Amino acid sequence: MASIDLNNVDDSFFDVLKELGNIGAGNATTALSQLLNMRIDMKVPKAELLEFSEVGDAMGGAEQVMAGIELLIEGDIEGSIMFLLELRAAKKLVSIAMSALGMPPMEEEDPDDPSFNEMQQSALLEFGNIIAGAYLNSLSSLTNLVISPTPPQICVDMLGSIMSAPAIEFAELGDKMLLIDTKFSDDLELNGYFILVPTLEAYEKILTSLGM
Amino acid sequence: MIKVGMADLKLCKAPDKITTLGLGSCVGIAIRDPQTKVGGLAHIMLPDSTQIASNSVKAKFADTGVKELVEIMAKNGASRTRMVAKIAGGAKMFAFNSKNDAMSVGDRNVEAVKKVLSLLKIPILAQDTGDSYGRTVEFDPDTGEFLIKAVGRGQKTI
Repeated sequence: MASIDLNNVDDSFFDVLKELGNIGAGNATTALSQLLNMRIDMKVPKAELLEFSEVGDAMGGAEQVMAGIELLIEGDIEGSIMFLLELRAAKKLVSIAMSALGMPPMEEEDPDDPSFNEMQQSALLEFGNIIAGAYLNSLSSLTNLVISPTPPQICVDMLGSIMSAPAIEFAELGDKMLLIDTKFSDDLELNGYFILVPTLEAYEKILTSLGM
Repeated sequence: MIKVGMADLKLCKAPDKITTLGLGSCVGIAIRDPQTKVGGLAHIMLPDSTQIASNSVKAKFADTGVKELVEIMAKNGASRTRMVAKIAGGAKMFAFNSKNDAMSVGDRNVEAVKKVLSLLKIPILAQDTGDSYGRTVEFDPDTGEFLIKAVGRGQKTI
């Protein structure tokens, strides 16, 4: 039986996860900034352990429509990583990417329309790839563990229903989930979340490799 | 409107109504006694408490969650023999092929809920489960109406 219990983590354990989150999100922001060729700053992310019953409210309401991009993690550790963006932020990101690639702007569309066409979806998936890749690279170099992501999948739906995927993975480990709330700002105001869900075994490997 | 979160369950007596927002792979189980109008709603995340070490939160699991809800309802004026249920959720939100399990966790949740309801002899009057989209549900213990809302799909009552 694994010795880590997410219900009773001590402060130092939580600080390590928070710090991994900070570094990962920082690298992801740099990657995003280079990709879009614009300045993007990231406010210091907030990391919190949430009870499942408060996840929806803590993230601004379970019914708000979001775009979730999830990748599974393989290699020395297993688990998943999710990048979650508000619908309007996702739309904005897609339109900036399209114009950066010299593609004609999309027709006028309702920013609250939850549908994305195929090209928009693949642009979002590519963002997911780059951001998750940057995040996992930093985790990998800090821990010397081989960590590789699978191709991403996207889901545009209510926050609560998207979150059910990582929440269920956390539910197998304990009664709380770790959320890293990241706000990107400056030229581009984007609100997003990172959710890293390692398996219990992965937590132990990460901590062991960091000498804890 | 009484609100139920993830891994949560609550009692609801008419004329109050009860809701849970954005069910994905989780399953919402609404139960009521049509005579006393005592009802309740559970939002479970996983099928089986016996497979998970961290299982103290009863509402997290289909097996313990449904039993707990029925217990609370029975203590508050509902008759076990009159109870009827409606269920929703159990979607597959991301199109990954699961490595170990042939069935997605949503499907396994739905199956586990059906199993425990049948064990407790509570008939399922209606269900809206599976597929790949999220659902918000509202339950009215007075009429038994179970309203289901989904993004871009409007709403329906089952």
